[in-house]
Amino acid sequence: MGFLDIDNATKSYGSVEVLHKVDISVEEGEFLVLVGPSGCGKSTLLNMIAGLEDITSGQISIKGAPMNGVHPSKRNIAMVFQSYALYPNMTVGKNITFGLEMHGVPKTERDAAMAKVADMLQIGQLLDRKPGQLSGGQRQRVAMGRALVRDPDVFLFDEPLSNLDAKLRVDMRTEIKKLHQRLGTTIVYVTHDQIEAMTLSTRIAVMNGGYVQQLGTPKEIYDTPANLFVATFMGSPSMNLIDVAIRADGNAVYADTTDDQGRKVSLAFPAPGAALRSFDGKTVKLGIRPEALTDVDGADQRSSHVEQIENTVTVTEPAGSDTFVTTTIGGAECVGRMRSDADVAAGRAATFAINMEKAVAFDPQTEDRIA
Amino acid sequence: MAAATQDSAIRTGRVTRTLIYLVLILFALFYMLPLYVMMVNSVKPLSEITGGGMMSLPDVWTIEPWKKAWSTAQIGVEPTGLRPYFWNSISMVVPAVAISTVLGALNGYVLTKWRFRYDTILFGLMLFACFIPFQIVLIPMAAVLGFLGLAGSTAGLVLVHVVYGIGFSTLYFRNYYAVFPTELVRAAQIDGAGFFQIFWRILLPSSGPIAVVCIIWQFTNIWNDFLFGASFASGNGAPMTVALNNLVQSSTGVKEYNVHFAGAILAALPTLLVYIVAGRYFVRGLMAGSVKG
Repeated sequence: MGFLDIDNATKSYGSVEVLHKVDISVEEGEFLVLVGPSGCGKSTLLNMIAGLEDITSGQISIKGAPMNGVHPSKRNIAMVFQSYALYPNMTVGKNITFGLEMHGVPKTERDAAMAKVADMLQIGQLLDRKPGQLSGGQRQRVAMGRALVRDPDVFLFDEPLSNLDAKLRVDMRTEIKKLHQRLGTTIVYVTHDQIEAMTLSTRIAVMNGGYVQQLGTPKEIYDTPANLFVATFMGSPSMNLIDVAIRADGNAVYADTTDDQGRKVSLAFPAPGAALRSFDGKTVKLGIRPEALTDVDGADQRSSHVEQIENTVTVTEPAGSDTFVTTTIGGAECVGRMRSDADVAAGRAATFAINMEKAVAFDPQTEDRIA
Repeated sequence: MAAATQDSAIRTGRVTRTLIYLVLILFALFYMLPLYVMMVNSVKPLSEITGGGMMSLPDVWTIEPWKKAWSTAQIGVEPTGLRPYFWNSISMVVPAVAISTVLGALNGYVLTKWRFRYDTILFGLMLFACFIPFQIVLIPMAAVLGFLGLAGSTAGLVLVHVVYGIGFSTLYFRNYYAVFPTELVRAAQIDGAGFFQIFWRILLPSSGPIAVVCIIWQFTNIWNDFLFGASFASGNGAPMTVALNNLVQSSTGVKEYNVHFAGAILAALPTLLVYIVAGRYFVRGLMAGSVKG
């Protein structure tokens, strides 16, 4: 039994089921991120936790108390909206204390709580202004202040950073993380940005088409994606997928493919499992992250198994900290991430080091990862 | 190059602008002509009007016609002037405007933020109220007023105008609230505000422009209404428009055109005042409510 339990929650609009038996248990102090493309049901799930949408079947409980049919204001939750949803006619101070006022908290206590929150978020000098006079970042802070002042059991964030410009977004991301570390409250956070998901969360639920595709720590999601959707959705640039033939040879298992000259390339798996062995003679999709396809000096020195292949570079994209290098392996265009001073140029051959320890294989039929 | 084009742009601009202003001024003069005739003739003695020269300024300035129209002119059988009827109109128009505006705002709030099954159909039906000609409902309305015991009273007239006004006021507020962010309502719900608290504390304070539009619209329509006033109010309870008609149409004695003109201006004065006071919000609110929605 967790702090926030989502137990087989389903949502239908008429005969259309948009959320299928979602089962997530969140511990106290966890930072759960719901991530997925638009229309995957992540905001619907958040609204169901908030009580803004009914639960068609299943149950959502907070601190062990079932929340089905409980009014949003009685769930002891607070929500930060994408548009911030600050009341335009009230000052910042009124915005922050409105919830307390509605809950019948006396004025002196309200003011004390407001002062504390304003101090924490450094918005003390804004309290008498109207939301219309604030910048995007300031509005964001006020919206968080409005949530914080209630001292809720669960914070709900609905894409709170997507209206900010790129730089501010990174700053506010760090602030939210700091806030979580300082307060240790339970947070459910919805985003479509996989970097936000990776950086903020203690656990991620990757959603698509109304299903939770995978629930796990950022590292689990990134290193051992459950299926092709999770593999390609998480990570930027996205994971390279190469069609390879599996060949078992004694204890070893190889992935056979070709380089861009048509020469045969055999990549050995460092610790092949029985599942992978059973694909002997069949074609699977080999997934290699860009950072596992790099120059020889940049390769992970601790890796138990690194393969090297000579291949022609088609495009280089220097990004300052790294250089992204495009090449063709097994007919698929692949992006490698090399050190910024790696000696590569478009049209020339280069040696690519493939960290096979990080390689994952997917069943092309079911699209699930072959464990 | 750039300077040359700018220069010629200004020159052509000046020519066309002069033309445009000329045309506009002509039209303005043309449209102001009736008002000029009314004003000028309301401040001259009757003899000057009957002697011809409707357009000329008065030789003798007098405010007697205004005084007479206001307090002593023969309306129907009694020489009361328009004054009591003016107050009749006020006591009809103020509650009618207030009630229909508040109900329209509530309807708009429910129709956009508390959606329910068939709400668009209901809204569509309410819109019919904007298109039904007044004459169609005269007889059923008379029956309803009789049934409610409100026949011939100001309260009855208020009811009639509220019923008719709700269609328009709902349309205005629904369109205005349709673009009002629903997230605000949800945030208020989480904050613990109830149905009326959200309406009163969040929506209404942001509804200034559309409320002005609605008030101007309702005020003008209800104040200027003649048909309902003539049909459902009797004798001393008649509104200003009916009284003005009685003043002008009286078939006995001399036709006092100067008094008639003064009375007509008196009858038009309140709506004029509302437009001047609230007019600048009118266009703004109209844009916000109907174009964006």
